[in-house]
Amino acid sequence: MRMTFRRRALAGLAALAVIVAACAGDDEPHVGVDEDPDLDTEVTLSYWLWDSNQLPAYEQCASDFTAESGIDIDFELFGWDDYWSNLTTQFTAGRAPDVFTNHLAFYPEFVESEVLIPLDDFIERDGVDMDQYFAGLADLWQGQDGQQYGLPKDWDTIALIYDEQQLEEAGLSPEDVNQATWNAEDGGSFEQLIARLTIDANGVRGDEDGFDADNVEVHGFGYYNPAEAAGQANWSGFARSIGFTHLADENPWGVDYQFDDPALAATLVWWREMIEAGYAAPLEAVQGLGPATLFETGDTALTVDGSWTVGTYTGLGREVGFAPLPEGPEGRWSMFNGLADSITINTDHPEEAWAWVRYLGSLDCQRIVGENAIVFPAIEEASEVAQQAYADLGVDVGAWTLYLEQETTFLFPVTDNFDRVNAEMAPAVEEILLGRADATERLEQVQSAVDGIMGSG
Amino acid sequence: MSTTTSTRTAAPNLPPPDLWHRVRHSDTSVAMLFLLPSLLGFVLFYLWPAIRGIWLSFTEFNLLRQTSSFIGLGNYQELVGDPLFWHSMRVTLLYVVINISIQTVLALAIAVMMDRLTQSVVVRGIMVLPWLIPQVVVGLLWLWMLDPSLGIVNEFLQAIGIPSQPFLGSPDQVIPALAGINIWRHTGYTALLLFAGLQTIPGDLYEAASVDGASEWKMFWRITMPLLRPVLALVLVITVVGSFQVFDVVHVATGGFGGTPGGPANASLVIYLYIFRQAFNFNNFGYAAAMATVLFVLLVGVAFIQMKLLRASQSDLA
Repeated sequence: MRMTFRRRALAGLAALAVIVAACAGDDEPHVGVDEDPDLDTEVTLSYWLWDSNQLPAYEQCASDFTAESGIDIDFELFGWDDYWSNLTTQFTAGRAPDVFTNHLAFYPEFVESEVLIPLDDFIERDGVDMDQYFAGLADLWQGQDGQQYGLPKDWDTIALIYDEQQLEEAGLSPEDVNQATWNAEDGGSFEQLIARLTIDANGVRGDEDGFDADNVEVHGFGYYNPAEAAGQANWSGFARSIGFTHLADENPWGVDYQFDDPALAATLVWWREMIEAGYAAPLEAVQGLGPATLFETGDTALTVDGSWTVGTYTGLGREVGFAPLPEGPEGRWSMFNGLADSITINTDHPEEAWAWVRYLGSLDCQRIVGENAIVFPAIEEASEVAQQAYADLGVDVGAWTLYLEQETTFLFPVTDNFDRVNAEMAPAVEEILLGRADATERLEQVQSAVDGIMGSG
Repeated sequence: MSTTTSTRTAAPNLPPPDLWHRVRHSDTSVAMLFLLPSLLGFVLFYLWPAIRGIWLSFTEFNLLRQTSSFIGLGNYQELVGDPLFWHSMRVTLLYVVINISIQTVLALAIAVMMDRLTQSVVVRGIMVLPWLIPQVVVGLLWLWMLDPSLGIVNEFLQAIGIPSQPFLGSPDQVIPALAGINIWRHTGYTALLLFAGLQTIPGDLYEAASVDGASEWKMFWRITMPLLRPVLALVLVITVVGSFQVFDVVHVATGGFGGTPGGPANASLVIYLYIFRQAFNFNNFGYAAAMATVLFVLLVGVAFIQMKLLRASQSDLA
């Protein structure tokens, strides 16, 4: 009885939504229909990004773009957290930037709220080759309505970073890291590796007798804050290598999260054991200063992080090596993520904004980004330029590109309400890693809360 | 002054006083005129947003989509059944109790000592220094100082034989640690307010008391405390209300460079942080407004009870 009422109400709502959408469609400026647009060269576009490491490269792109088109680009840079709350408030005020760097965790909400301009008409008119991007990257930016909401700009994977000297002192070789295996029961050779790299205050290593787990000087394993639903630069690759997937139905746009999968519980339990054993950096250290600072100060000898941080680690003035994540029973996996540039409905200059987005997504700009050796551009050819640029700097980035060659990547979960799912998952991971909750029970709680949010299960 | 004006208005050859004259010669009217600019600010920036906030709390308002629909008490009903709301209320209350109790005792002790020992402007200046530092800087500063691996506080603890503490990284220690940070920041300022109150107590009372052979301790309880009561009440109302509204330090110090604001495990999810999360992370503006309204009513109540209990409007000095 109640179900029928709710269904009827839902059907009514859906019908209403269609009508509203249809009405909204009429009000929208008819962008992209102009066959031969005149670009206004007096325009200054605002462009937002959060990664200061990438700013110089994109400023270089912008100066080339301005020289060619006359359109000026006004950059604005915010820290990650501020970036998204600022963007929301700017959207509310109707003053969002013309173009901004978009992330998969947030874009579904923007698509749903209809604050992004679909790019399909532009892409079709200008004949942008969507196949020039790495397979799957462009598809991530296709909304549930099948429209394209961003042009891919880069991609990233997750790998291990280690201090070569500390590795040598431990009597280990790069092969030991590169060929490490892992499972959730005994941690495989990876657990032995990080135990060996761990040193207590008396100089005793983690795998030696008399090791004092409460007084550790160097932890064998650092990681990015794991209190999140994606587990991007921490647990996701490990969990995937024993069979965990975020979404059972589909990704992007799935609704069936799998946080109650025993594989995830097992992964987090292993993680907690590593913290308790003193091999892994404690959660509070990771959350306070972050993995890069802990590595820089020598608190960790090996850490897991994303490819966008390569420059941070190579810039520390130490010899660092990169290795892919350890191989689990189901293989060696990395989350695959990418950023894109999107145009907001607040722009007064959609044609000029598109010209900038098209340039950002072009080989010309992505080659510049590649030459700067900061991130891997989304276009294959430009990505090769980046690999060469890294090689010229003496940096071997094979660990990051390996997953693409072996096709062992999985996508960042792209779903509605990701922020709310994240807020359920974050405290749960913290409770589990701090030993305050039973992993299986707590993840089942998360699962039922997430099912409620996603309207599934 | 008043005699000249009264003779002038009484002069027979002047026209009868017009409105402007009446306004000029009534204290209340002049006061109103002076209050007008701030009244404008109050209405525009406090009253109107407050009314709008209360209205929003009866709607389902999505910040990003700018869609709004009236749902009556729906948000309030949801709030009653939201465990995280009650959790954040408990967290906030714990924070307020720790913060205010220690801060007030410390501030009172410092104020009395200053009053009895020194009138130095330099000392007073140093007292307010922490209060002059922006909240965000305070948060970052203490985040570094309390860091388990690099922080100077743990270096110090280890030097005297106490093992390293997680502070902001432990669900048990995070609220006391945050309260400690704000005690550090606000004690000097609070002490200065109380000090100003102490200055209004006539010195001859203490002289008379000491002639009668009263101890310092007795004078504090028999003279200082009763006569300081109205100022103390005001200071308590201001600090308690301010303490309930703690946000920036928690956001910065628990967010860190890789943490979750309100963490670990939601242990420092104070009510303002939860309101912020609902409004700006989940775009649930209506729900956030409902929580803000509840907090508003609560704070009005707390302030009212404090004023009543401490008879803040009456002074025993008359």
